[in-house]
Amino acid sequence: MKSSNFAGATLNSLTRALSHALISEETARRRGLMQALDPRVRVLGILALVIAVALAHKIAVVLALFVIAIVLARASSISIRTLSVRVWLVALAFTGIIALPAVFLTPGQPVFPNSSVTLQGLCTAAMLVSRVEAAVTLTTVLVLSTPWTEILKALRALHVPKEAVMMLGMAHRYIFLLAETATQMFESRQSRTVGVIEGRQQRKLAARTAGVLMSKSIDLSQEVFLAMQSRGYRGEVHIAEHSGIHTRDWAALGSFIAIAVIAIRAGW
Amino acid sequence: MHIPDGYLSPSTCAALYGGILASWYLCLRRLKRVLLTRVVPLISVFAAFAFVVMMFNIPLPGGTTGHALGVTIATIVLGPWGGVLATSLAIALQALLFGDGGITTLGANCFNMAVIGSAVAYGCYRLLASQAPVGSRRRIVAAGVAGYLAANASALAAAIELGIQPALFHDSAGAPLYAPYPLKIAIPAMMIGHLTLAGMAEAIISAGLVAYLQVADPALLRQTSGLGGRDLGSTGSLRRLWATVALLLVLTPLGILATGKAWAEWSASDFTTSNTRAQITASSGNQTPPPVAPSGLQRMASVWTSPFPSYAPAFVRSAALGYLLSAMFGVGICVFIALLAQERLRARPRLEQDS
Repeated sequence: MKSSNFAGATLNSLTRALSHALISEETARRRGLMQALDPRVRVLGILALVIAVALAHKIAVVLALFVIAIVLARASSISIRTLSVRVWLVALAFTGIIALPAVFLTPGQPVFPNSSVTLQGLCTAAMLVSRVEAAVTLTTVLVLSTPWTEILKALRALHVPKEAVMMLGMAHRYIFLLAETATQMFESRQSRTVGVIEGRQQRKLAARTAGVLMSKSIDLSQEVFLAMQSRGYRGEVHIAEHSGIHTRDWAALGSFIAIAVIAIRAGW
Repeated sequence: MHIPDGYLSPSTCAALYGGILASWYLCLRRLKRVLLTRVVPLISVFAAFAFVVMMFNIPLPGGTTGHALGVTIATIVLGPWGGVLATSLAIALQALLFGDGGITTLGANCFNMAVIGSAVAYGCYRLLASQAPVGSRRRIVAAGVAGYLAANASALAAAIELGIQPALFHDSAGAPLYAPYPLKIAIPAMMIGHLTLAGMAEAIISAGLVAYLQVADPALLRQTSGLGGRDLGSTGSLRRLWATVALLLVLTPLGILATGKAWAEWSASDFTTSNTRAQITASSGNQTPPPVAPSGLQRMASVWTSPFPSYAPAFVRSAALGYLLSAMFGVGICVFIALLAQERLRARPRLEQDS
């Protein structure tokens, strides 16, 4: 990417991140299998399946878990198009580039006579790509079917410290504010720019924009602190707890764990 | 540098989760002791800032752009403890909210970028900036160098974690189960991009932000300046550090309990001894070592003869005492060099006034 358009590129990054977050919130509100389950079950269930993907030593087991991830996504109103554009193509491009040389570089039995392509290399590349695709699809199903606030409550239920959960929640809230502020700063700069700015000036501009954003962040943290104090915050963190888990959730959790255990046993 | 799910084995992920959980616990304890209430919004908002800065496309010399980590400026403003937490939060948000980086590898990513990045950034910045005034140009250079080294140290850690996978985790046919490349490929492949682009992006944003803060808000630089401002979480006393060093010194003879040779720490004679040859073969994926030590290794091995070979000076009979003496000698040299450097840096005239 040419640096002459660094402001435009940054604007694209910021807009893409904001739109991804909005799509996630919108998908999480739809009716679907995952959305109907308790968030704690969703987090634990997906975690169990991701661990099973990581532990599997056989490609057939990893592919089976990949199919389960796709079924879960479809049952949760997540379209194949969303998965392919947002997950599969990106993961394939990134991991494919990394995995491809392994086909030639991994020592082992040649597939064809006088060929540097080895059977072990092919297996390694296929395993890596399918493992990454399966794990990323499962994670995306969780992210797209669960609002951020529900993920945080689930983390709290899993005994993640209150302070950490609270900081994650606050950081998430202010990301959007700061991202929007940064977007406005870059847009305003672009609208005033005529011609091409030389590289050194561009670097100064990027650093100054980040500096102003940091000053605003620090001011914001002071305001948030005062607002918290005015509401009675004295260092004790209180987070709303979840209500009880229904029979349906227990059944779903049991299914997730059973699939994970079977996959681990079959894939070892 | 964000390692996705599937590249690291579960045992590597578990070990690095252990490391990062201990670091987070330590950071929260240190920060709670000093700033019980204010720290929560400060770290949270700074994490949000670090997250947004990671999305900035930093223009680099040569016409390309790169992304910074934000760990160096977080460490300079918040101190090492706050820097670890803020960067970890930003990385966790990237993984949980946007799927950038994995869930099983979250511990590894946080350990590489937040813990190693923050430690290297803080050490370099404090060492290079020393007692320079807050408004001095030296602090800008120190921040740039700290940023460059922090990004590269984090990348090196990630490369090592990826590079050890094929040797440790492969199937019966020898095909790697996780990241497929050994260290000799993983390290150069990862480091080329970071030594050029990513390291430079972190250096530019860190130096630029310090230059901005020197003018706009110098008070923020006092936290880690070593000029009287207190780090978030710092107790301001070296006594505990010395106590830890003393305890580690006493524990050094535990090294004797380890059997065998560390991988790639073989001497030339180990290649000809049957016992050590068997160890080398077992620890190198059943690859038999050459019958004699490589000629380069033999030549270089004789260049320098250690005064304390195998951590045991010749005049000491007890191995435990030898370990202890070697440790004391090593710590003594480090302290001497640090004091010498401190004296040299203090002696230099300060041209710029502290703002």
